[in-house]
Amino acid sequence: MEQLDFLQQTNVPVSVTDLTRRLRGVIESEDGLQNVWVQGELSNFSRPKSGHWYFTLKDDGAQLPCVMWRSTAELQIHVPKDGESLEVHGGLSLYEAGGRYQLYVDEIRPAGAGALYLEFLKLKTKLEAEGLFAAERKRAVPAAPRRIGIVSSPTGAALRDIVNTLTRRYPLVEVFLAGTQVQGPTAAAQVRHAIQRLNHYVVPDVIILARGGGSLEDLAAFNSEMLARAIVASAAPIICGVGHETDFTIADFVADLRAPTPTAAAELATPDRFELAAGIAEQQLSLGRALADLVREKSWELDAMAQRLQARSPEAKISSSRQRLDDLTVRSERALQQQSRLLRANLGGLQSKLGALNPTDVLSRGYAVVSQKDGKVVSRAKLVKSGETLKVQVSDGDFGVTVNDGSK
Amino acid sequence: MAKESNVASLTYEQAFEELEKTVKQLEAEIQNLDQALLLFERGQALAKHCADLLEKAELKVQQLGEDGDLQVLD
Repeated sequence: MEQLDFLQQTNVPVSVTDLTRRLRGVIESEDGLQNVWVQGELSNFSRPKSGHWYFTLKDDGAQLPCVMWRSTAELQIHVPKDGESLEVHGGLSLYEAGGRYQLYVDEIRPAGAGALYLEFLKLKTKLEAEGLFAAERKRAVPAAPRRIGIVSSPTGAALRDIVNTLTRRYPLVEVFLAGTQVQGPTAAAQVRHAIQRLNHYVVPDVIILARGGGSLEDLAAFNSEMLARAIVASAAPIICGVGHETDFTIADFVADLRAPTPTAAAELATPDRFELAAGIAEQQLSLGRALADLVREKSWELDAMAQRLQARSPEAKISSSRQRLDDLTVRSERALQQQSRLLRANLGGLQSKLGALNPTDVLSRGYAVVSQKDGKVVSRAKLVKSGETLKVQVSDGDFGVTVNDGSK
Repeated sequence: MAKESNVASLTYEQAFEELEKTVKQLEAEIQNLDQALLLFERGQALAKHCADLLEKAELKVQQLGEDGDLQVLD
């Protein structure tokens, strides 16, 4: 103030500009005026073509002119109306040309602690009343999807977690990413558009909606009514994997399935390939058992027939076929045991089992398929006649034999 | 046993579905040994194909553009 004092003492006038600039310096150097939250009622709100917002914040005792530049104004989700009670943040300065001080606002929110949370609760109550959270409305998520759509930030950790999980669990699935922003004023509309785009072009079996955790402000898009309705309208069922365990969003409530994290969402969407491999081994076990059962059944039939034959024929004549049947029975029992043992062992080592179970094993274990000239398989002793030529198929080929003790 | 498509050309879902069907057939319907052997071999081939697919599959990620265009991501 020294210079000012000096000028005044000498009665030499200062220019309006100099004085104003000086005053502006005083205001701007005052920390308490530069980073301040102010509460008041909105009035004279105007939005000229420039895109800047001009308004006055007032209470019973005073008025404060405010301005919000376009760059900040266009990021606002909510356009306030006159009469609204607001909390605004910014720094005070002096508009020299207008000769007035004003607050340069960079943040604006409805007044009252947790206004955002109250909004969240209000929307939650409303959508719940409409039945959008009801379990009956939720669609089933397929156990093994062929196509998965992902709505997430293309650069986020959430996407990386999902891709890693799918690679580990179920790499057979085709993944389609519709990249969007998951934060900021346009995020809700972008996420909605991504869901629509996937349903339109890809027709996935399921869509995963994912982003990492964050504050209530960060998660605003996932708490918007717009997105909630887009989730409900989606043709494909939606798994919501937003934030960490403790965060709940409207999207979580509305989604067909809620996962605590993006990784968990990917797990809920797919089967685990090791469980699938165990299922394959299980089927192989049944396959081997069914064949062994059939062989045993057939040999019992032959056995019974042989006994009937024995009642009417000389013992010597059928003793050889009798022995052959016994032998076949023993061998099929042994084959069953061996097969079961093999398969059980293989259930442990999921991949090794495949090599061990060669499809031609049954033949290589000593079985043979005996067929007649016309290709008909010989399943009963009485079907062959002495002198008839038969084909015997073993594991590595076949050869011909002539019957010397068949039915006459 | 209606038509025997080439096992190698089947998707995982198709192959596993046929494997299950083959097991059921072999357990309940088939009484003829040569048919049973054929089914057994078919079943083994299907099981091997399924396991191979699971083991060898590599996740494919494609990015969906605004106009429905697809771009493979690494």
